[in-house]
Amino acid sequence: MRTDDLIANLTSDLKPVRRGGLELLLGAGLVAGAVVTAGMMAMWLGVRPDLHTAMRGFAFWMKAIYTLALTVVGFLLVERAGRPGSRLLPTALLALLALAIIWVIGVMQMMHAPAADKPSLFFGASYTVCPRNILVLSLPILVGVVLAMRRMAPTRPALAGAAAGLLAGSGGASVYGLHCPEASAMFVAVWYSLGIALAGAVGAVSGKLLLRW
Amino acid sequence: MIAAETQLRALMLASLDGDARAYRRLLDALGTALRIYYRRRLGGADAADEEDLVQDTLIAMHTRRATYDPTQPLTAWVYAIARYKLIDHYRRGKLRRTVPLEDAGAIFANDESAAALARMDLGRMLESLPEDTRGLIRATKIEGHSNVDAGGALGLTETAAKVRVHRGLKALADRFAKGGDHADR
Repeated sequence: MRTDDLIANLTSDLKPVRRGGLELLLGAGLVAGAVVTAGMMAMWLGVRPDLHTAMRGFAFWMKAIYTLALTVVGFLLVERAGRPGSRLLPTALLALLALAIIWVIGVMQMMHAPAADKPSLFFGASYTVCPRNILVLSLPILVGVVLAMRRMAPTRPALAGAAAGLLAGSGGASVYGLHCPEASAMFVAVWYSLGIALAGAVGAVSGKLLLRW
Repeated sequence: MIAAETQLRALMLASLDGDARAYRRLLDALGTALRIYYRRRLGGADAADEEDLVQDTLIAMHTRRATYDPTQPLTAWVYAIARYKLIDHYRRGKLRRTVPLEDAGAIFANDESAAALARMDLGRMLESLPEDTRGLIRATKIEGHSNVDAGGALGLTETAAKVRVHRGLKALADRFAKGGDHADR
């Protein structure tokens, strides 16, 4: 086909593009995945019984703010990764900032704790299952986000997939926070972050495989 | 193209609102810019590949035009897509850098290995002769000079050169035709 004919063809097909449509699509993928994740959690792990009292404490919100902040950063990263020519680095630095803050809080808590309590602040009671649970809970969100991203134009598929994994992992971790009774910032800084990083790695691989166009 | 950023961006914004005439002008301009971009990078070696890439990129930009962020430069968006398609092109090329079987016949039709071997044997045979004779045979029988020219270069008459060549060839024939072990190689 001649390029002129192609252009004529594309032009005749033109429909207006709705502003914000891309964010809406991505949001839909995220919410759809999160609903499945929430259902999964309710059936598999259950919500912690003391949720009401916990919500009045610092630890619950420290965790929630950390994972939700990463979710927001993840969303922004995915949106940028799906738009050709966008810079990811400034947004990625926000994720590192969140990580740095939770580490500082964690280290300070550890420093002020009696020596005998330090191991439990670090390992909690569930460090063996926490990263894995977050990874599993992130998968439905990853599916929703990657499906939405296939309509976008990620020019670096593996990196875009990693961003999707970060979003899915943080979303999964936010949901997991409704179950997990751990209250130490150090625990969150290490094990929650590890779970989110695992989701990021799974996302990077799936991006390499699924986000070509 | 950088100078055209403002103008192209205005066309793109109108296109996103559904203005087909602006879109036509935009795609024409981008088609030209992309052709230059790919020609420069493919080295003008394959015009068909070049045009395929231009069309591929135009289609990609069309179907994914919602990914353009109106607050960002349009050219950054265009070239990021063009670059992605170029990398994609190279990657596909790497997978296809083998020759299809039906084309192999043309490559092996002219088997030049026998001729090359013969040249090597001839060189080795000539080395067994005295230097003057060797030079004369090479000049008259291989390079095709006349006996006069070849002999003159060595200060010999035509007849003397002729005799020298004849003797040399006879010596070769005696040595290799009988010996067999060398001639069969």
